[in-house]
Order: sequence, then structure tokens, then C-alpha cells
Amino acid sequence: MQKVKVFMYFPPEKTDKPITYRLVKDYGLMFNILQAQIQPNKKGRLMAELEGTAENIEKGLQYLEEQGVEYRIFNKNIIWHEEKCVHCGACTAVCPSRALNMNGDEWTLTFDHSQCLMCELCVKACPLNAMDVNIFI
Amino acid sequence: MAKSFDEINSKIKDGEVVVVTAEEFKDLVEQKGVSQAAKEVDVVTTATFSPMCSSGAFLNFGHSDPPIRMSKIWLNDVPAYGGLAAVDTYIGATELSETRGFEYGGAQVIQDLLDGKRVELRAESYGTDCYPRKEITTYITLDDLNQAYLYNPRNVYQNYNAATNSTDRMLHTYMGTLLPQCGNVTYCTSGELSPLFNDPVFRTIGIGTRIFLGGAQGYVAWEGTQYIRNQEVIRDGVVQYSGATLAVIGDMKNMSSRFIRAASFEKYGTTLFVGIGIPIPVLDEDMASFLAVRNRDIYTQIVDYGVPRRSRPVLRKVSYEELRSGSVELNGKNVPTAPLSSLRKAREIAQLLKSLISQGKFFLQEPIQKLHEEGRFNPLKETEVE
Repeated sequence: MQKVKVFMYFPPEKTDKPITYRLVKDYGLMFNILQAQIQPNKKGRLMAELEGTAENIEKGLQYLEEQGVEYRIFNKNIIWHEEKCVHCGACTAVCPSRALNMNGDEWTLTFDHSQCLMCELCVKACPLNAMDVNIFI
Repeated sequence: MAKSFDEINSKIKDGEVVVVTAEEFKDLVEQKGVSQAAKEVDVVTTATFSPMCSSGAFLNFGHSDPPIRMSKIWLNDVPAYGGLAAVDTYIGATELSETRGFEYGGAQVIQDLLDGKRVELRAESYGTDCYPRKEITTYITLDDLNQAYLYNPRNVYQNYNAATNSTDRMLHTYMGTLLPQCGNVTYCTSGELSPLFNDPVFRTIGIGTRIFLGGAQGYVAWEGTQYIRNQEVIRDGVVQYSGATLAVIGDMKNMSSRFIRAASFEKYGTTLFVGIGIPIPVLDEDMASFLAVRNRDIYTQIVDYGVPRRSRPVLRKVSYEELRSGSVELNGKNVPTAPLSSLRKAREIAQLLKSLISQGKFFLQEPIQKLHEEGRFNPLKETEVE
């Protein structure tokens, strides 16, 4: 099983078609919507994580193309700008996975990227503006 | 064996002073006892690095030609006070930019000045015979200003409530992001390292006390606003609840953004992290006993910020030791805790102040006047408009 994050751009005439349903049904892809902006008869944008076999992901993406849905695979991570950080700990108040944690006796912030769920709560919680979302394609 | 301020200052001058941080002192007391620690140590350094909204700076720009009596003033689009003499102003930390909203405010103007950045000064006036000019737009830097000093009417809280949120929605407050259904608890002091936990009865801290303020040598100017001192706050010599505050003053030209940092709290606004260190002389064993206080001995209360009233419900009393452990018990659940005050930065300040004193670069100043022994924090009486 693999995971990819994808931006999908739906042309206005496709927003009423059950395209995501087909991705799930026909290609067995697990679908986790990260962000969506879809309205009838307007250009729509969907940001989602797809999980499935490599083959099915490829087929699913091919199906999107056939339907006239533009897509881009992207990666997302949270960046910690350490130079701006004062190690106050405000971000640890909201971090659900404890990826952001105050390290023992030193009271120094540590960030374990492998534990990060990308919920982005820390981005808003940080008073020093030291946490950012980085999206790269 | 009591020591006086003068004797300690002579030791500083002669390079014979013994200085330790408050945390080091407490460990020493636990090893050797109060009496021995009082003999060995002359000065204990305390510190805090926390967001403090009641902060700001007085600035003097000098006169343009022709001169202007600035009545409306903006610094990088942040309104500054125009009700002083012609080219004096006060820029408050929480004043927001008229163009950039929550992300930029007075606190950021102060940090930009400290970082040596150019700040746009825009001012308007109605024009007078002596000050004919009606508008000006130019740039200033910290070096250009005749005077620039922080004057923070309320800093160095003796103690402060811990916060939680019992509602079903996330709250964005000056106590940080509070998760729904009491999902977290935030607190905001450096605990046993914090200055006013270590001199709870103000024997050595008063008007005129020399302090470390944002990298400069500053002073305690006055009691802080909302200064509370009464029997409830201090019981058996230990601070129990939110208490006294200090007004502090210091020259911005000697400060650094290493110790003064602008911040913005989501959906609340801007504020200033202020780094303050206060040296406390170990005058005698009584003073040493105060300085020996540990996180397990000092308490605050967990308050429900989900109730949008002046008097918010207190859910429980909690020690700093428990807050610092990473979780507290609340309504039978284990709730994670998080600090908002940087203990790491506070420790950096306490260490720096210790070395400044050891090197004979920082002397103690005995208060020239004691602070009030009673302080009440009265609510605003709302009177019906006639």
C-alpha cells in the first residue's frame, strides 16, 4: 500500500459528477479529504490523500485525467523555524501526537517529524509565527 | 551574619561576590540547609520570559523643518499615541496595524526598531502658529531617536492563573489555544525561577530596584497596574494566587530582540514577550528561606476560560510541580499541560545576570521606596449613562 497527496482541479461541468466515489469504488482507493472547495458550476479544488496499491493509484490518477480533472501530486510538511522560536511551549498545548514536545529538564522544544499528523494546529497556536506549512509538488 | 546591600555591592566590586541562579540556590538549600546556603551565597538571580501585554515604549523623534505638532501618529501603519508634546509618542504592544491586522502591531514595531530596521513614521496635525506643518511621512531607526525607552505598566506577574476550556469549541485566548472539553491546560510563569515567588513580601524589590530588562539595565518604576497584595495572596510566606505586578522602565537602545520578542496570538492580537531578570540579595536566613521555595510549594488555580465573565470559575488549585509534570488531573481525567512562558529563555537570563554580577558589571540597588503593603484590584463600576 502507498499513500499520495493530490490536488485535484475540477472543471465547472464536472463538479456534479461522483468522481471521488468512482475512485473509491472502482480502484479501491482510501480517500482522506484534507481540504475541499467545491460548488456546483464553479471550478472546484480538492486536496486529498489517497491510499491504495501502487497500481490502483496509477489507474485512479489516469481515470482523473480521462475525466478532465487536472491533478498534481504534492507533499506537505510542517516547518519549524527554529530561529524564530523562543521555546515557550504554546504549540505543545495543541499537538495531538506529541510530535512537538518539551524536552525533559532542558525545557527545549523538540519536533519529531515522524510523529506529525499534519493537523496544522501548531501553525495557528504559535505566537512567534515559527511554524509553517510547506507544500511542495 | 546579616548582609547589607552595600556589603554585597563591595563584594561585587572586589570580584568576591557569590552569585547563583534561583534554581541552583534551591538545590543548594536542599543539600546544605538554609543556614549554610545563606552564609555561602550573596545574590540569587531570578528571571522570567513571558508574553506581557501591558508593555510599550516612549519615543521622541526630534523636530522636522518646518516643525509639526504630531496629533495623529502611525509607525508602520500602527497607531501610536498623539496626545503628548509635539514629537513624543507612546507605542503600545497590543495596538494593531490598520493594514495588516493581527499579524503586526506595536510589539512588532518595537522588535523591528530593536533589530535596527527602518520604520515608517507618518503623522498628521491640524497646524498651529508655532507648529505649522500638517503632515509628514518619513523613516526612523532606533539610532535616530532622541529617546526610546520601554515603560511597561504591568510586567512580572507574581503568579498567574492556569487556563482551560470546558466548552465544546476551541478557544483562542491570550493563554494560547484552549482545546474543547478541557482538552488542555496552559500556564504562564517560570515557577520557582520567577522573581516575585522568591521575594513574596517585597523585602528587596521596590521602587528603584535595578533589574535586567530585555538586555539592558532597567529599573522597577512603580507598582504595576492591577497590583494585588493581601492576606489571601500570600499565606505562610508562600504565594497562593495571582498577586502583585511591577511597572518597569529601561533604555531600548541597550536592548536586544534576543530578550524582547514580538508575538501574535491567534484571534487575540499582538503582545510582547519581555525578558526580565531580578537579582535578590541573600540578606539573612529569612531571605534564604523565601528563596528556597520550590515548585511543589507554589500554587495557582486552574480557571475555566470557557465562561466569558469577569469572574471565571476556578476548577481546582494546582502546584507548579504538577503543572510542570506534563499533565494534571481534572474531573477525573488526565489532562496535558503546556507552558506559554519560556523557561529556557528565563534560565538564559538568570545565567547571564549571574555572570554580569560576578564580573562586576551589574550592581544591586536597594529600593528607594517600598511598594504598598496592601493592593486591591477593584472591578470597573458601570454607571448608567444619563
